Amino acid sequence: MQMPAPEPSAVEAAEIGRARERIEDAALLRGQGRFADDLAVPPGTLQAAVLRSPHAHARIRRLDASAALAMEGVRAVLTGEDVKRWASPFAVGVRQPMQHWALAVDKVRYVGEPVAVVVAEDRYRAEDALERISVEYEPLPAVVDPVAATASDAPLLHEAVGSNVVVDRRYRYGEPEKAFADAAHRVSVTVRYPRNSCTPIECYVVLAEYREADGSYDVHANFQGPFGLHSVMARALNVPGSKLRLRMPPDSGGSFGIKQAVFPYVVLMALAARKAGAPVKWVEDRLEHLLAASSATNRVTTLEAAVDPDGRVRALRYDQIDDCGAYLRAPEPATTYRMHGTLTGAYDIPNLLVRNRIVLTNKTPSGLNRGFGGPQVYFPLERLMQRIAWELKLDPLDVIRRNLVPAHAFPYRSAAGSLLDSGNYQEAVERAVREGGLEELKRRRDEARAQGRLYGIGFAACVEPSISNMGYITAVMTPEERAKAGPKNGAVATATINVDPLGAVTVHIASTPQGQGHRTVAAQVVADVLGIDPEQITVNVELDTQKDAWSIASGNYSSRFAGAVAGAVYLAAQRMRERLARIAADMLGTTPDRIRFSGGAVHADNGKSAPFHRVAGATHWSPNSLPEGECGALRETAFWTPPQLAEPSEDEIINSSLCYGFLFDYCGVEVDRVTGRVRIDRYVTTHDAGRILNPAAVDGQIRGGFSQGLGAALFEEFAYRPDGSFLSGTFADYLVPTAPEVPEPVILHMETPSPFTPLGAKGVGEGNNMSTPVCIANAVADALGCTDVTLPLTPSKVRALLGIDEPPPPAAAGAPPLEAPAGASTLTASGSVELPAAPEAVYAALLDPGVLSRIVPGCRALERVGEHSYRADVTVGVGPVKARYDARLELRDLDPPRALVLNGKGVGAMGSAEGGGRVALEPLAGGGTRLRYDYRVAVSGKVAAVGGRMLQSAARMLIAQMFERLGRELGGPAAAPRASWWRRLLRFLGLRR
Amino acid sequence: MKPAPFDYARPESRGEVLQLLAESGAEARILAGGQSLMAMLNMRLAQPRLLIDIGGLQELDYVREEGGHVAVGAAVRQAELLRWPALREKLPLLAQALPHVGHFQTRSRGTVCGSIAHADPSAELPLCLAALGGEVVLESVRGRRVLPAVEFFRGTLLTARRDDELLVEVRFPVADSRSRYGFTEIAMRHGDFALVALAAVVRGDEARLGVGGVADRPVVARIALRGDVPEQLNALAWSLGAEDDQHASAAYRRQMVRELGRRLLEETRP
Repeated sequence: MQMPAPEPSAVEAAEIGRARERIEDAALLRGQGRFADDLAVPPGTLQAAVLRSPHAHARIRRLDASAALAMEGVRAVLTGEDVKRWASPFAVGVRQPMQHWALAVDKVRYVGEPVAVVVAEDRYRAEDALERISVEYEPLPAVVDPVAATASDAPLLHEAVGSNVVVDRRYRYGEPEKAFADAAHRVSVTVRYPRNSCTPIECYVVLAEYREADGSYDVHANFQGPFGLHSVMARALNVPGSKLRLRMPPDSGGSFGIKQAVFPYVVLMALAARKAGAPVKWVEDRLEHLLAASSATNRVTTLEAAVDPDGRVRALRYDQIDDCGAYLRAPEPATTYRMHGTLTGAYDIPNLLVRNRIVLTNKTPSGLNRGFGGPQVYFPLERLMQRIAWELKLDPLDVIRRNLVPAHAFPYRSAAGSLLDSGNYQEAVERAVREGGLEELKRRRDEARAQGRLYGIGFAACVEPSISNMGYITAVMTPEERAKAGPKNGAVATATINVDPLGAVTVHIASTPQGQGHRTVAAQVVADVLGIDPEQITVNVELDTQKDAWSIASGNYSSRFAGAVAGAVYLAAQRMRERLARIAADMLGTTPDRIRFSGGAVHADNGKSAPFHRVAGATHWSPNSLPEGECGALRETAFWTPPQLAEPSEDEIINSSLCYGFLFDYCGVEVDRVTGRVRIDRYVTTHDAGRILNPAAVDGQIRGGFSQGLGAALFEEFAYRPDGSFLSGTFADYLVPTAPEVPEPVILHMETPSPFTPLGAKGVGEGNNMSTPVCIANAVADALGCTDVTLPLTPSKVRALLGIDEPPPPAAAGAPPLEAPAGASTLTASGSVELPAAPEAVYAALLDPGVLSRIVPGCRALERVGEHSYRADVTVGVGPVKARYDARLELRDLDPPRALVLNGKGVGAMGSAEGGGRVALEPLAGGGTRLRYDYRVAVSGKVAAVGGRMLQSAARMLIAQMFERLGRELGGPAAAPRASWWRRLLRFLGLRR
Repeated sequence: MKPAPFDYARPESRGEVLQLLAESGAEARILAGGQSLMAMLNMRLAQPRLLIDIGGLQELDYVREEGGHVAVGAAVRQAELLRWPALREKLPLLAQALPHVGHFQTRSRGTVCGSIAHADPSAELPLCLAALGGEVVLESVRGRRVLPAVEFFRGTLLTARRDDELLVEVRFPVADSRSRYGFTEIAMRHGDFALVALAAVVRGDEARLGVGGVADRPVVARIALRGDVPEQLNALAWSLGAEDDQHASAAYRRQMVRELGRRLLEETRP
């Protein structure tokens, strides 16, 4: 129901706008937060551990859990068969025959995909049992690059779809063809935005019970919305929504959108509890989280502009390829469509062409991540604005200024449909220039450059959407499909206020906060409306889908709190106030419009007053004394949805969000010429998020978003090798900035209230995640004078942009060095040993399984399974690290006594390994043999994810070890390898090695 | 991230440690500060049958100057060495390098000898030991042996320690007044594993330049400062077998050896 928003000025704003300290902190700072993992568990709760795929792409041939089930303390193993019996695949947002189950049922499609769940008496035993589940995989070629995935001959993830491109849609607004035809200039950029994540400290937690009596599931999880996903979960569990009771804990260790993707595990653990016949708890660990939880989509964008000679942009043409990973997990492809209406950013550009392709690759499925879709749009758009300035020899800031939406144009309808609610972008820019000290920064740049140092300034102007339209995702469908499916629109927010018999106020909101301070701000809003102290107000943010007011838009995402949820709190408080005013007017002998609430009392303009608790108490203690129409007790629930959020129109106009804040950033950076390290000299960020409810909370949001934006700019990336193995499984490889890396930004504010929200507030939580990556990239590009900058801008990448003019190896060294080619998908090793036996004897030894079992490092129990084909139990190790593989060894391409190929592959708890190479023998004068080997090894799974730094030399060492052992087999130690060029070099240098 | 089952022993004396090592050999791991081992246990990369905790052994908790070197016992935390009052005077290289070892939290637990026994090729302490020409003392029930650092480090996480031996002490040569010491590194973030770490000891016309983070162990080269320094650094850079990883390219690492190496030698020169 749409309610008219009361005039905010009717309320005395003593609390709203005040930087009140957070109510939440008293408990959090004492270690008394109640997080998901702290909640009491029912007696008999078992612990779960998840078996995950070591392969990026493979068919599951066979799964045998009998050895695991036989272990002490192991109570159940949930497999794909159980999931098929009790559940359904997750609903998908596009019409394609893709099946995404809670467990892999036929194929695995990314490293880390759940394959089975062990339920045991404790987590230790559960993890012990994971190592005893035997899975036979048939590895398939993987595809990780989104552009490569679009090729018709690319490995197919979902055969039934027939392509990895699951969406290919085009949109047209205005007269773009004409604008491009008439354009004085065309400027374009092609950029790649990487995979990254905002990595909450707390990982996923699920505690699930199955109630056999009524076939219902009762689950606690640190899920944080959007609650439209409750429907997805209930449908996957084949139950009505009422039989999936989902409860959220009071405190959160952060989410930044990422906790959205706990939902498949809610279903998975619900099924595990059913299988085990007992409550099951699962706590995701960091390795699981980085490997397989969620990620921002990576995107490849080509963006072209039609530009006037003065830098005015007349049209844009986007070609976007979004990589959603192995499955299109709900609500994807929302990343693409959240920004659809906002593709023209803060600019007045009337003509627009868009092509959106959504592709699937062998990577972790993508999902909500702070900034959702924003950095992927602003990276190309703001890089393009800089490029336009460069190509037209204009000042980059002038190009931005010339294109900003004019201040008189609000509310402004963008080409694709965003209704920019309010703002004065020109004034915000001028304020930033003036108060942020741009002129001084330019002086610093000039001085630095005069001294030969590398210094650059970058800009970014962004519109920050908040309060998502529940219908924007349907823009992915054709108008015909939408007409058939029925409209989706709006964004319902809800809040409940309760006043108890002693006059104490309790507020409940369905916003599942993740640390932003919603309780504090909700209390401030209610305090102002009811004229009481915020300390007297208790705000409860737990959510129980069976008892509390909620709707599909509930939850914590799209920066919806300040605009929508605090607005609903305000409306609920207003209703409560209206009721109390009527009651108080009756008590004090006046009319409701002459009643004022302040200082914990209700005042009439006739001089009479009553304490707040007295008026409230009357509704409970003497309901029959209340004025006509009052039925007693005080509880008000407000639902609010903005009418501006309409479904996509037939001509694809979509207002994807309700509010649009503005931010304008600039920064000065200095790049170290030698190391390539980027130092932020000053970062200025200017925000207009409408009315500010709590300035301290707003600045906290800005600092947090800035830190994460800086991380995306300089450090963070989920790295995959071309074979799909994942390389960023620990915080030693996935690099989040820490305190020394994050400078304090200069934060400036402006307040242009939104006409569309009850309090005039807009969201402010995500702006810097959108602006900071490209602002820093623009500054680095300016410092280096180069056009192609790719995130993250690591010292090595930046130095490569500066150019590494390598002198060749010294002539004394002779042959060029042996090295893996850049970006090699595998580890390579080659070398040679001299063996004290004739080639025939060496060859015979290699064909002898007895010898083979002795020379393969860590080989136990070699068993012949075919001609020159063996099964072996191999444990390889480097120092303390050990990995055990169930391995197959095979000799091929026999050419006695000159050459053969030795291949091996294995799978074990540490992941999978595959390797092979050619061995060539040549006779030496004196009867010996020179054996040359040339090997590649590919490892995937856990070892690759956490040990990337160590692998190269380990692989080399193990292979060298094998042939040295062969030498010993053949009578005596292998002759020392002939001094190679570099060993001679070492001697030349006096290197003691 | 729960370790596989293991037994845990907390011996009262070094003799008892050696006895346990003699019995269990390769099946046992020494636990000191646990800053590398605990993570490997939790990820099940290491699955030893027995953990021998030496963290509480008073007799191994010493820093003392004797016979021209500073001896650091196996129970000494990195933070303790950093607080040692004579550090700047006696071991100026370590005074420069230790702040780069992890973070102050990890230095409060991590031991000096533990880092050296772990032999991470990017770690600062093994690099300093190698650059200074220090020694390690290994002990077993069979006896005691002293190895120069360059013979001790054998590769990534690999050392010359035998399965029944305990690294009881490392010995850093005391600074001499005629030498100057310099340290620099480039890491992704403060406290990260070095992409390239360099340690220099300059005496007269010669420098010992140690490189960490590039080869599979710390490598030390002698650089003749009157010779063609860039050429020698180039030869050194190429000799290390640098490889690409997700954080830096091989070419970058080589270039840092050349350019940061030259910068460091210039800064360290008297």
